[in-house]
Amino acid sequence: MKIQVEEINSTIKSVSKAKAKSIFLRDALRNGDKFTRFSFIIMGISNLVHGQIVKGLFFLFAEISFLVYMVTSGLEEIILLGSLGKIQQGWVYNETLGIDVLQDGDNSMLILLFGIFAVFAVIMFVLIWMTNIKSAIELQTLKSSAKKIPTFKEDIKEYLDGKLHNALMFLPLLGILAFTVLPLVFMILIAFTNYDSQHQPPGSLFTWVGLENFKTMLGIGSTISSTFWPILGWTLIWAVAATFSTYIGGILLALLINKKNVKIRAFWRTMFILSIAIPQFVTLLTMQTMLQDEGAMNVLLQEIGLISGPIHFLTDVTLARITVIIVNLWIGIPFTMLTVTGILMNIPKELYEAAKVDGANSVVIFFKITMPYILFITAPTLITAFIGNINNFNVIYLLTKGGPANLNYFQAGKTDLLVTWLYKLTTTGKEYSYASTIGIIVFILSVIFSLLLYRKTAAYKEEGDFS
Amino acid sequence: MKIRKLLDFSLTHILLFVLSIIWIAPIIWVILISFRKEAGSFTPYFFPKALTLDNYIKLFTDTKQFYFIRWFGNTFFVAICSCILSTFYNLSTSYCLSRLRFRIRKPFMSFALVLGMFPGFMSMIAVYYTLKGIGISQSLIALILVYSGGAGLGFYIAKGFFDTIPKALDESALIDGATKFQIFYKIILPLSKPIMVFTVLTSFMAPWMDYIFASVIMGDNYDNYTVAIGLTKMLDREFINTFYTQFAAGAVLVSIPIAILFIIMQKYYVEGISDGSVKG
Repeated sequence: MKIQVEEINSTIKSVSKAKAKSIFLRDALRNGDKFTRFSFIIMGISNLVHGQIVKGLFFLFAEISFLVYMVTSGLEEIILLGSLGKIQQGWVYNETLGIDVLQDGDNSMLILLFGIFAVFAVIMFVLIWMTNIKSAIELQTLKSSAKKIPTFKEDIKEYLDGKLHNALMFLPLLGILAFTVLPLVFMILIAFTNYDSQHQPPGSLFTWVGLENFKTMLGIGSTISSTFWPILGWTLIWAVAATFSTYIGGILLALLINKKNVKIRAFWRTMFILSIAIPQFVTLLTMQTMLQDEGAMNVLLQEIGLISGPIHFLTDVTLARITVIIVNLWIGIPFTMLTVTGILMNIPKELYEAAKVDGANSVVIFFKITMPYILFITAPTLITAFIGNINNFNVIYLLTKGGPANLNYFQAGKTDLLVTWLYKLTTTGKEYSYASTIGIIVFILSVIFSLLLYRKTAAYKEEGDFS
Repeated sequence: MKIRKLLDFSLTHILLFVLSIIWIAPIIWVILISFRKEAGSFTPYFFPKALTLDNYIKLFTDTKQFYFIRWFGNTFFVAICSCILSTFYNLSTSYCLSRLRFRIRKPFMSFALVLGMFPGFMSMIAVYYTLKGIGISQSLIALILVYSGGAGLGFYIAKGFFDTIPKALDESALIDGATKFQIFYKIILPLSKPIMVFTVLTSFMAPWMDYIFASVIMGDNYDNYTVAIGLTKMLDREFINTFYTQFAAGAVLVSIPIAILFIIMQKYYVEGISDGSVKG
């Protein structure tokens, strides 16, 4: 997480870079020759004139296709973004037929999706346009200093060397753009609309409502907000309990397995690792059936004679909450155990030897060397684990599906986390606007916690740099 | 003193034994159920009365309601394709961020950090509609694209590994006239076998375990189900009574290869976690 500070610096730098960009364009217009200036309007002309046919044609083709796209649909799509459609689907009287006819309305969802796409297209085009001007200036300088202009082949070679990052990162970036960024922008924008179960296209329109969803969610009075606050509370309790219980349990287990007198260590370790090696949907679904009222756990306890009636592991509110935390121990402890085992092996031997020379006994060594060392190395992983637990979908959803259900809640149950509520609102409730609002709130939570914890651990590190 | 040592030794091992029984009990139980002769979901007794191989045989032969082999094939196909794409995406992004210096390097890294803080499946509906827009929703290609699409963002571990390879190697190669691409695949990649294995295996395992995206993208298209959503479907209220033991059999069959893969690469996994979080 060291990156974060660097990142803030780099953001500041990129702002000053943006200024440099506008100066570069002005210079190009002032000092450029006629081809460079022409390139502002007709892309690639400079390349074509100087013999870089393929590159020039690429720029020209990009410009033409962009213009065609803009004129035929793009421009309209961007304009429609303002209202998200006006014509509602409905029955309209058709004079020639003399009856009411179903008229197709605007589809707000598609308008938003295509609109975002169009905006992305514009951004892409601007980037290509800038590259085109840069290339024109480059050609101009090459020509004025009488150097050889690179052929297409040499250009390609350059992409395997100096510009390798462009070639290697193109596809990965495209993937991220198409399947992460675009959908995310879409969903973030949805949070500012009223796209809920009452406003489902194509039957009806939805439109911008500003911060209305956040007000409903965070305010008081509505069912939504009286669901949100308790679920937020439970999410935080869960995240704290799950993170620290598995953390402590994992450290203890690792210490136990790594005791000097333990035989067949690898065997014991494998026994515990099996629970994370097997796909979670298998183990958790098995647990879920075992913990039913008539499931194996209750049957076993009854056969032994410990209980007379079934224990409601997953249907009683308090018990269900305890059950999910305990089952999470089953999955989480081996994870921590794995990490800590690695760390234990890396503790420098000199530390122990020095302590022994100073006459420290094993208890002192444990509390003064082993524990601080483990804490020091694993503290940053706590942040990741905490945020991971806020977003822990599998354990909750596969075990309880968020239940036991609560009628006072808005489509949620007593063990629902914010993310499982989000999932339910999206898949079964079709309350997209609220789901997106929750998504943004979870994002803000994660940011706040990682910044807070990051500062804490950074301070801790500076205080006692362990070396 | 000797007695104390012996006591300590036996207590430690008894504790370990009890704990590992708790840990593997559910696993033993699924295996037991997968061989259980009695059908139905719940029985009023703990240990099965009779054992059989029928559940496994039925899983492969009885394809009327659920087509398990097909799901297995689907998942395998998706896993292979997305693992090739993801590995390529992941390693090339990591190499660029570790070794090359270019303008969007830092912005991209902070961007990835921010993106990572949104709940992963918040955008699933938008992904679904985008795929529908292209006309490939409910298809295996859609799954491949979605699983590999974000691979470029998971660069932390591989980048951390590349960072530890001495820069002097690159420099001497540069002097010998190698291009940066040649450095990538002739020097860095051969030195990074552990991390390549790790990347390949993690991306290969993902489709076997993902439930959320697969269920949203596939909807009710049973033919294109992956094992994770297919087996989960078997536990739905209307199917659980008939298919419970077959679910267990399927679960065992899927778990064996995945568990073996995981145990093979646990070492890298640990390195990945601690490196990734310390170096960021």
